Parts: sequence; structure tokens; C-alpha cells
Amino acid sequence: MSEHQSTYEPKSAFERWLDSRLPIVRFSADLMSFPTPRNLNYWYTFGGILAFCLMVQIITGIVLAMHYDTSSHGAFMSVQREIMRDVNFGWLIRGLHANGASMFFLAVYLHILRGIYYGSYKAPREVLWWLGCVIYVLMMATAFMGYVLPWGQMSFWGAKVITNLLGAFPVVGGTITTLLWGGFSVGGPTLNRFFSLHYLLPFVIAGVVALHIWALHVPGNNNPTGVEVKGKQDTVPFHPYYTVKDLFAIMVFVILFAAVVFFIPDAFEKVDNNIEANPLVTPPHIVPEWYLLPFYAILRAIPDKLSGVLALAGAIGMLFILPFLDQNKVKSMRYRPAARLYFFIWIAFCLILGWCGSQEPQGTVIPGPAGPVIIDYGINSVTWLARVSTAYYFAYFLIITPLLAMTEKTLPVPDSLFTPVLAKSAAPAE
Amino acid sequence: MTHHPFLAAAALAVGLSLASGSLVPAQADTTQAPLKDVHWSFDSPVGMYDQEQLQRGYKVYHEVCSACHSMNMVAFRNLADKGGPFWNPAYPNSNDNPVVKALAAQAQYDSIDTETGQPVKRPGTTADYFPSPFPNEVAARAANNGALPPDMSLLAAAREGGARYIYSIVTGDGTTPPAGLTVPDGKYYDPYMPGDLSSFWKGDPNKVPVGGFIAMPPPLVDDRVTFDDGTKATVAQEAKDVAAFLEWASDPKADERKQLGIEVMLFLLVFTGLLYASYRTLWRKVGH
Repeated sequence: MSEHQSTYEPKSAFERWLDSRLPIVRFSADLMSFPTPRNLNYWYTFGGILAFCLMVQIITGIVLAMHYDTSSHGAFMSVQREIMRDVNFGWLIRGLHANGASMFFLAVYLHILRGIYYGSYKAPREVLWWLGCVIYVLMMATAFMGYVLPWGQMSFWGAKVITNLLGAFPVVGGTITTLLWGGFSVGGPTLNRFFSLHYLLPFVIAGVVALHIWALHVPGNNNPTGVEVKGKQDTVPFHPYYTVKDLFAIMVFVILFAAVVFFIPDAFEKVDNNIEANPLVTPPHIVPEWYLLPFYAILRAIPDKLSGVLALAGAIGMLFILPFLDQNKVKSMRYRPAARLYFFIWIAFCLILGWCGSQEPQGTVIPGPAGPVIIDYGINSVTWLARVSTAYYFAYFLIITPLLAMTEKTLPVPDSLFTPVLAKSAAPAE
Repeated sequence: MTHHPFLAAAALAVGLSLASGSLVPAQADTTQAPLKDVHWSFDSPVGMYDQEQLQRGYKVYHEVCSACHSMNMVAFRNLADKGGPFWNPAYPNSNDNPVVKALAAQAQYDSIDTETGQPVKRPGTTADYFPSPFPNEVAARAANNGALPPDMSLLAAAREGGARYIYSIVTGDGTTPPAGLTVPDGKYYDPYMPGDLSSFWKGDPNKVPVGGFIAMPPPLVDDRVTFDDGTKATVAQEAKDVAAFLEWASDPKADERKQLGIEVMLFLLVFTGLLYASYRTLWRKVGH
């Protein structure tokens, strides 16, 4: 909070005493009075929503851990019989936790898309962006391990498929997999490890979130114009202006969350996960959770296993290197119509990849024959659609974004973030 | 808008995908007849269980299904929990409910003599989980032609279609197989069982019958049970009631969940409305 002058005045003798020893009240007061651009729209409320999600996951998770049996013989029973039936409101706590993961990812995806759209990864916010990427990767690891804990069929086989991927790495692959499994196949020791790490990682996430907020408070918020704050006239104190706006947005989000938890609690659940894990019976259709589907589609699109794993990692890696790929000084896509267009196409391809990930690889896209076979699959197959989409996914980052950064003619950018606000309030219809 | 080189191909791909996105490609080989169109009181997100139907369903489960299927997550006391078949507001503690006390007492459980430590049998209590029909999986398979009758605690939750699937399977079991389909010994044709019958089919390879084989003999006939409330026990009625009971067994807290959900939603709507009003009031004088 380098540029933000502290406005805190200790009012009592005790506060003055404490302020010269541990200025925690000053710290909180400065956090609350932090000057925030006045033109932030609802897309900027997802930071608060995500903090709320993390808190919900940690609190419900701690309670679930009180009732959960980590042994592979007792895990399924402790979830399905003890927690879902006997623990008071156990069904609600688990409903919040399991669906909370989906809500968390919904919010994080919108938060990331907002960051890309308004160029929030550009100078001086690269570190802020990278910390966000780290949180996202930690979230995926945590969610994956959490999905294993109910020890249903999809838990077990999902764990098996994903951990097997690490075996693709030459030389070290086998050792890493054995270490992760705690043996030579997915079993009780794996479950114990995953439980331990699933309990640990959310606190690591919380730590990185603290860094993320620190890195936010050094340059201050980006805003929909991408024009940096130039003075006091551009900002309002975070509290009460954004506390109330964020809280309103959080409550709208909670309404959606509650609708899922109370009325369609199994909307994101695969029925197979209500069957206890059985290493001898493979479910007909092993599919990861929806938030991992695009990456699963990229993995399967590549014919070679190791290359597929590298493509999967690379797809996430693209987010990390985005600040280097886009050197255009104009941050907001409001003033970059071409960048905006390719960005929306990229979102469409991400959705298509998600759909591909949920389908059988040999399934046809357009009903009818699969067409001539090229590299193992017909051109009318889900795999080929995933291949085309994967190509666009990477081309968007590696070719389109750098090229546009150099060549695009951007629209005029306002002098200050307040200019469009004044223009809007001058217009007759608010 | 200026012309961009990547655009045409990308737009084409998006268009094609969106046009076909809603069509699910055929599953590899597994087929299944569309589930029967049956409706229950609990179908909608706010629909509650019908207690009389749950009682009838329990009777079918107890007299028919439980001969082969275990249900190891449900205790006798659960039958008298709120929303359950024998819930009675006069007994807020379900362990006091005389109906389930009597039901539990009919079952026998292994125990030990407290003086000698020798194995003895004792009558069940409301805290006991439903007894299993077989001592272990091997015994269950041996008695059922090699097939394992699945535990019924989560059956409705563990099958695509839930109660409708169970209704369809139970009423479709033993359907006369089309000529040309060889049904293996000890199996029955069921068009609602997901399966691949091509290797048992001697007719046109493009007209393989849908469905699969099931090891369970057709479990229901008319008047297989006598309902206490006088409802006529047709196969359809028995199947519908037992499917409802199994849905309850899979999700016994559904009534409580839906009821609480309505209250929570009302609170959230009011609270969010107040927050919106606060937000508008606070920001009224601030250009943004």
C-alpha cells in the first residue's frame, strides 16, 4: 500500500498504545479506506465472491473432516451414511462443499475472463496476475483430490486416470506415480495422502490469496477503461462503496448457489459416484468434473500420451505467459475491437472443448458417418473437433495475441477513467 | 469490421459446433429403451414424498426385494424419521415409534451372551441397520446364479434416471424376447437394462434389440403383496411404490432439504433486495 496515505487516527489511549506496537487496526482501516476506481462494474465483484467461496469451502470442509473416515474401507460409508444421513445437517454441509467447488470454479473462470478482457495482467499488475494463476492451479489440484475422497467409482477411476498421466514422463514418471499412490496402484494409501493434501492446500491457497491482495494494493485496481487512476477524483474509498456493492453481488451469487444446493444438489454429480469404489469394475464412461473438461479434451486430442500431458500443462501455462505475449499498451478490450473478437471466439472454443471432454472421443459431431480417418479418428469425430479447438486455443495465445498487439488499430482511449462516467451522466437517460 | 485471416475458419468451426452441439452422439454399443414415463409426488424440485406411498413401497421392499437385496445404510429408526414412511409427529424421537420398534423386533441379529461370551441371537432394535439377506458377497452370488444383487441404499441415486429407471427395469424384466434373440440360462431380457445384445442376436445386424439381460427374475406379479391401505396391488402400482421407497432410501433428507430451501430462498431474496436498496442509496450521489 505504498501510494495510499494512511488516514487512520488512533482515537483512544489504548489504540495509540497498540498502534505503536502492532498497527493492526491501522492496517485494517487502511484496507477499508483503500482508494478504488469509481467505475468498477459487476465483473469486478468476483474477487469478493471468490473470497467468500474460499471461506465457505474451508469452514464446511473442516466440519466434514470431523465426520470423515479416511480409510478406504470406511470412506464411502462415512460420507454416504454418516454425513448424508446421520450428522445433523450433514447433507447441507456436504451439499455446500461439493457444489461449492463448482460455484468456486464458475466464479474463478469469470474472474479470469474479466482479467483478460480488461487487460488486468499488463504492467504494473503482472505479479498480481501470476499469483492468480498460481491460485487457479492450486484450486484444480485441491478440487481433484477432494473429488477422490467420497471414494465412489468416479472418485477412484478419476484418480487412476489422472495419476496415470504423470507416468507418461520419461525416467521420473514411474517414481512420481508410485510416490503419489503410496504403492503400486490407487488404494488406501492414496486416499490418505489425498485427504492430507486436500486439507493442506486450501490454507496454501489462502496464503497466496493474501499475497494476491497485497499485490493488488500496490498498483491498485485496474478498471474497465484500463486507464490508470490519476487522482482523488477517480476513486472512492473501498468501504462503504465497494463493500456494499460486493456484498450485493455475493448475495446474488448465494441465491444461485442455494438454488443448486437445496433443489438440484446432484446437478454436477455423476451417478456412478454413488457406487463404492471397486478396482475390478471400470465404469463405462470416465469423465472429470465439468471445470476440468476443456483440459481433458486437449489431453485426448493429442495422439501421444506424453505430448498430451505437455499440451494439458501448456494450456494452463499460456495464462502464465500472457503478460509477455500481449505487449499492446491499451489494456481494455473496450478499445480493442479485433482483440475482443478473437477473445470471444476463444471463449467459444473453450466451451466447445468442454463439450468435447464430456463426450466419447470416437463419437460423431454431426450425426452420421465419422468420415475419413486421419490420425486414428474420423474427421467428423469429437476428437477432431477437439483438435481444431485445441489448435485455436494455442493459436490465440501464441500467434493471434502477439500479432494483434503489434498490428491492431485501437480506438481512442479516454484521458481519464472518469471521462466516460461524465459522458454517461451528461446523457439524458442516465 | 476489417477482415481477419483466422476469422473465416474459426467462425465456420464455431457454427458447425453450435449447430450440432445439442446432439449427443450415439454411445459406442450400449443401448437401452427410453425409460417409461411415470410421475411421482417428489419429481419437482419442491415436490415432497407421499407418506402412504412410502409405506406401501416399504412393504414391497420388505416382502419382495429384501429377500436378495441388502440396504445397509438404512436403520429401522430411519423409517420413522421426519419425511420417512412411518414418521409420526407424536414421536419426535424416531426410536420411540411403536411401528418401527415392532418391525425391528422381527429381525434377528448376531450378538454374544453377556455372561459366557458365546454367540447368541438377539431381536433387532430401532438402532439396527436392515439385516443383510446373505452373510457375504460369495454367498450372495452363489444363491443368485453368479450375479450380485446390488445394495439398495443408494440404488436410485446410482442409476441414470433414478426412480424411473427402477420402475422401468422392474416392469420390463422378463419381457418376451424378440425372435432371434438367444437369452442365456438364468438371465432375463429387459429392454431398459443398458446392454449390448449384438452377440446374442441372429437377425438383421442393423436391428439388434435395445436393452440387455438381467439376472433378476421378474420380481413382481399382481397381488404379490397386500397393501394395508386397500390400494389395488397391480404390478404397476407395486413398482411405482417401491421405486418411490427406493428414492426415499437414497435421499431420505429430500423433504427437509426442499422445505428448508424454500425458507432460505425467501430470506435471501428479501436480504438481497435490502442490499440492493442500500447500494443504490449509497451510490446515488457518486458518478460511476
